[in-house]
Amino acid sequence: MKIMEIKEILEAEVLTGEYDPETEIEIGCSSDLMSEILAFGKPGAILLTSLTNIQVINTANVSDIKVVCFVMGKIPDENIINLARKNDVIVFITKLTTFESCGRLYKNGLKSCSYFNLDK
Amino acid sequence: MDNKRTTTKIQELTYELKIKEVMSKNVETVGSKMPVSHLRDILYNKRISGIPIVNDNNLVGLISIEDFIKCLEHNEMDALVEDKMTKNVKTLYADEPLVHAVMKFEKYGFGRFPVISRKDKKLVGIITKSDIIKGVLKKLETAYHDEEERRYRASHIFNDVIADEIFFKFQYYVEGKNFDKAGEAATGLKKTLYRLGLSPEIVRRAAISTYEAEINIVAFTKGGRITAYLEPHQIRIVITDKGPGIPDIEKALQPGFSTAPGWVRELGFGAGMGLPNIKKFADKMTLKSTVEKGTRLVIIIKLSDYRNED
Repeated sequence: MKIMEIKEILEAEVLTGEYDPETEIEIGCSSDLMSEILAFGKPGAILLTSLTNIQVINTANVSDIKVVCFVMGKIPDENIINLARKNDVIVFITKLTTFESCGRLYKNGLKSCSYFNLDK
Repeated sequence: MDNKRTTTKIQELTYELKIKEVMSKNVETVGSKMPVSHLRDILYNKRISGIPIVNDNNLVGLISIEDFIKCLEHNEMDALVEDKMTKNVKTLYADEPLVHAVMKFEKYGFGRFPVISRKDKKLVGIITKSDIIKGVLKKLETAYHDEEERRYRASHIFNDVIADEIFFKFQYYVEGKNFDKAGEAATGLKKTLYRLGLSPEIVRRAAISTYEAEINIVAFTKGGRITAYLEPHQIRIVITDKGPGIPDIEKALQPGFSTAPGWVRELGFGAGMGLPNIKKFADKMTLKSTVEKGTRLVIIIKLSDYRNED
């Protein structure tokens, strides 16, 4: 699924500035527990979370997660956005709930992390 | 001997590349109300074999050199372009994968296809077989260079250094209780290893396990240090702190077991997955701890890159 389609489906706003709308995102994951994301997140995925602190970006960065979407209309601090920009992590915000965001993406064919083998 | 693989790689590239990446963008175009004679200079000077006809950037037709020659034969140089052009032009969208162009060339046998944007159907470029070949070759070259550079950097560090034992040491100091800075060591190490040319998968595993360990230092101790040693066959990451130590290591390694205070949980950690995560991503992990004195965690990640070269 193209990143611009995801943006449309989530009715999201981009906070990190320019990005390639054609970038393909195949996998999604969602949690407010960053250790779960570290354990199961996949490179190139989108992460949906309602947790808004700097560790979300660090988690995305070390896990090679491309897009972080903050849900429920939560707006992250400027330092979070800056860190994301520095590390080429794209930040979205959406007013939708976690459930609705995940549901819409799943319905449109985005795969779950567990779709892939949980190897190292 | 590698024929089969090369073909696959090129096929792969035709799926990866988008038409807009290989098409020619500066297209010579002509308006439909021009006389055919007007085309002569363009065809001759630009050495092109076909010209899209546009009105206000909307593609309305195409004139090929064959059409032009026919007009010459029939002495129709004063006829209007719109009466001589091919009207139902086969086109391609700029965002289609290159393989669609390849298929259309095979199907119709034309020399070129105008490329239009999906959004407003306006002409944005033109694609010929030579554009496809150039595009694929360019992409192959870039991929080759990237790979070459990566391999060069990673393998030569160790080949260029002469010593009985070699390791590169990267030292990071981690402040306790400072969650704003937590993650700086792991992301710093990640960048460093990546720049040294290690494979993304290895870098990712090293970064995630270091990050979990770093979070532990910040959440539970007064501070500590992370020392990463890049050795010819492995990355060894040593994480030490000055206490308070872990009373029951076996318990600490159980997924879900946590002694994290509320403020750590609020930040998205402390769910009892840190050490199990490290164990998952490391090839080997050793944990030693003495209550009140401190903890020493060693993470080993093997460099499969080098293993294969032995």
